[in-house]
Amino acid sequence: MATATTIDKSGPSRPISHGSMSQDRRRALLWSYFFLVVFVIFFLTPPVYMLITSLKSSTEIAGARNPWWVFEPTLMNYQTLLTSTEFLTFILNSSMVSIIVVSVTMIVSVLAAFALSRMRFWGSATLATGIFLCYLIPETLLFIPLFKMFAVVNEFTGIQLLNKWYVLVLVYPTLTVPFCTWIMIGYFASIPKELDEAALIDGATYMQTLTKIFIPVALPGIIAATIFAFTVSWAQFLYPLAFTTSSDQLVLPVGIVTSLIKGDVYNWGQIMTGALIAAAPPLVIYAFLMDYYIAGLTAGATKG
Amino acid sequence: MAQVTLRKLVKNYDETPAVRGIDLDIVDKEFVVLVGPSGCGKSTTLRMIAGLEDITGGEISIGGHVVNDVPPKDRDIAMVFQNYALYPHMTVFENMSFGLRLKKVPKDEIRKQVEHAARILDISELLDRKPKQLSGGQRQRVAMGRAIVRDPKVFLFDEPLSNLDAKLRVQMRTEIKKVHQKVRTTTVYVTHDQVEAMTLADRVVVMNAGRIEQVGTPNELYHHPRTVFVAGFIGSPAMNFIPCGLEQAAGALRVVLPDGLAFPVPSDRTDRYTKHVGKSNLVFGLRPEHITETHRNIDPNQERFQMTLEVTEPMGMETLIYFQIGGVEVCGRVNPAAGAEPSQPIDLLADLNHMHLIDAQSGLVL
Repeated sequence: MATATTIDKSGPSRPISHGSMSQDRRRALLWSYFFLVVFVIFFLTPPVYMLITSLKSSTEIAGARNPWWVFEPTLMNYQTLLTSTEFLTFILNSSMVSIIVVSVTMIVSVLAAFALSRMRFWGSATLATGIFLCYLIPETLLFIPLFKMFAVVNEFTGIQLLNKWYVLVLVYPTLTVPFCTWIMIGYFASIPKELDEAALIDGATYMQTLTKIFIPVALPGIIAATIFAFTVSWAQFLYPLAFTTSSDQLVLPVGIVTSLIKGDVYNWGQIMTGALIAAAPPLVIYAFLMDYYIAGLTAGATKG
Repeated sequence: MAQVTLRKLVKNYDETPAVRGIDLDIVDKEFVVLVGPSGCGKSTTLRMIAGLEDITGGEISIGGHVVNDVPPKDRDIAMVFQNYALYPHMTVFENMSFGLRLKKVPKDEIRKQVEHAARILDISELLDRKPKQLSGGQRQRVAMGRAIVRDPKVFLFDEPLSNLDAKLRVQMRTEIKKVHQKVRTTTVYVTHDQVEAMTLADRVVVMNAGRIEQVGTPNELYHHPRTVFVAGFIGSPAMNFIPCGLEQAAGALRVVLPDGLAFPVPSDRTDRYTKHVGKSNLVFGLRPEHITETHRNIDPNQERFQMTLEVTEPMGMETLIYFQIGGVEVCGRVNPAAGAEPSQPIDLLADLNHMHLIDAQSGLVL
């Protein structure tokens, strides 16, 4: 009987003493879940609210019923927006701007990063720092001088850049190129020097080293930089607001705000729908390239 | 013909000299090893031969052509790096064929050459793998395969075995020697490991502080070092150096060591050494294997002496013994059966046929 009690006692006590690590781990997990849930609620509430509102008619939005519930769901807002030529023009403009900006950015920054990280030349280190400093200048400081600049260009050459969607193709790279170049410099720096020396001895030119060795090896970094460039050029608000005014030249973020807010009349249903539609492309891209993006952020995994 | 010639080769990094004017002739099909401590300029020299470093002064020629301003790809060389430098996104086949593909060699020709090299190195089964999926030794083989495939005039090896564990290193060393015997390509090999240098080389080039100390076959360097640096660098455990004096007595010379020890100089060296009698700054050098236990039939140039041991290190086939002469630690190698024990006196035998006399001021072996 005595032995039985000792076994009884040691039975439950053993996993506790043995499992102090796992209890600690469980507590840590609980806390992380707690904060993750808070985080998720904080960040997902606005999109959920947008989704709910986008499914309501104006009458229902104006009605003082529970704003978190759709009583009479309708796709009216989607139908209206997707058949309005104005809205489709915004999408087209945004797409054009983003595609061109992303292409230009990636070409320029990959070439620049390769030159700055591998072809040691006079002033390359200073130049690399300079590029990063460019990124630190806020756009709020730049849009007036840029505006003035484009006006001067028009004055002297007759080329009208203001109020044209393609002016954004000239302006956005000032935001995307420095940061992407910086990311790529870091990524290229993690590629062992012997790899390009081996390529050099194998007979590769600088361009072949870049295209056949560096780009494939640094692909995760390039994808991360591409996503960044796309996000910036898709969501940029201040520059298009300052440089474009005609409704056929607007891009989505500005277009939604200017065309759907008439005076003090806010067409909430359509604004939310437009914002949701505008948010879709980055979401899709993130979803597909997430793995690469994460791999790109945890750079340096190229050893071997 | 692929001889490599270096003439007054100099390399400065900003004002710091790395290589201070070296001359070297490497003949066709020769296996030459550059060896020295880190920072001696051996890797820089190799990289200058490869064309990866600019030359500050002097001349490099490969196969009779000066290549100072020839880019690496046109020097007809292949290099194996310490960290292998395999292209991580390519398969073994793609890695090995990269150079040929850039040269636009026909596909079936490429396949033939890669398969030939893969057979030499015994990596035929690995051709479809990525470098990630290979072990260190296999990666090393692939790196060598990439060099062989290009059928260059000269192979350059930059410490290729340093990343491998001790056992694999010995195995790959033999492998490299075998490959060289098969392909007979002129080879320049850099290492800091003197054992690697001795075992692989037709000739060893010992470098120190940007200069060549001595060039010679492994045996020459071992038995006839020209400087105190070479004497101390080649051989493990290293040669013992004991400050000494040189005296003349009754027509014979003798080396006077601290602690009342004195050894007669072998008579065949009397002529060579006589002019140094009475000089200060002399150092007596003797390798550990020439300090052994005594035995019956000793020759006239072997001298008995007695010492109290400080430490013994049994190695199985031999026992390393350590004792002090005039405050200098001296190492010897005795038979495990000689009964060497720490703190015990033991009769030892110095084989003076292999002694060296060194001028400490100039660092030259006399």
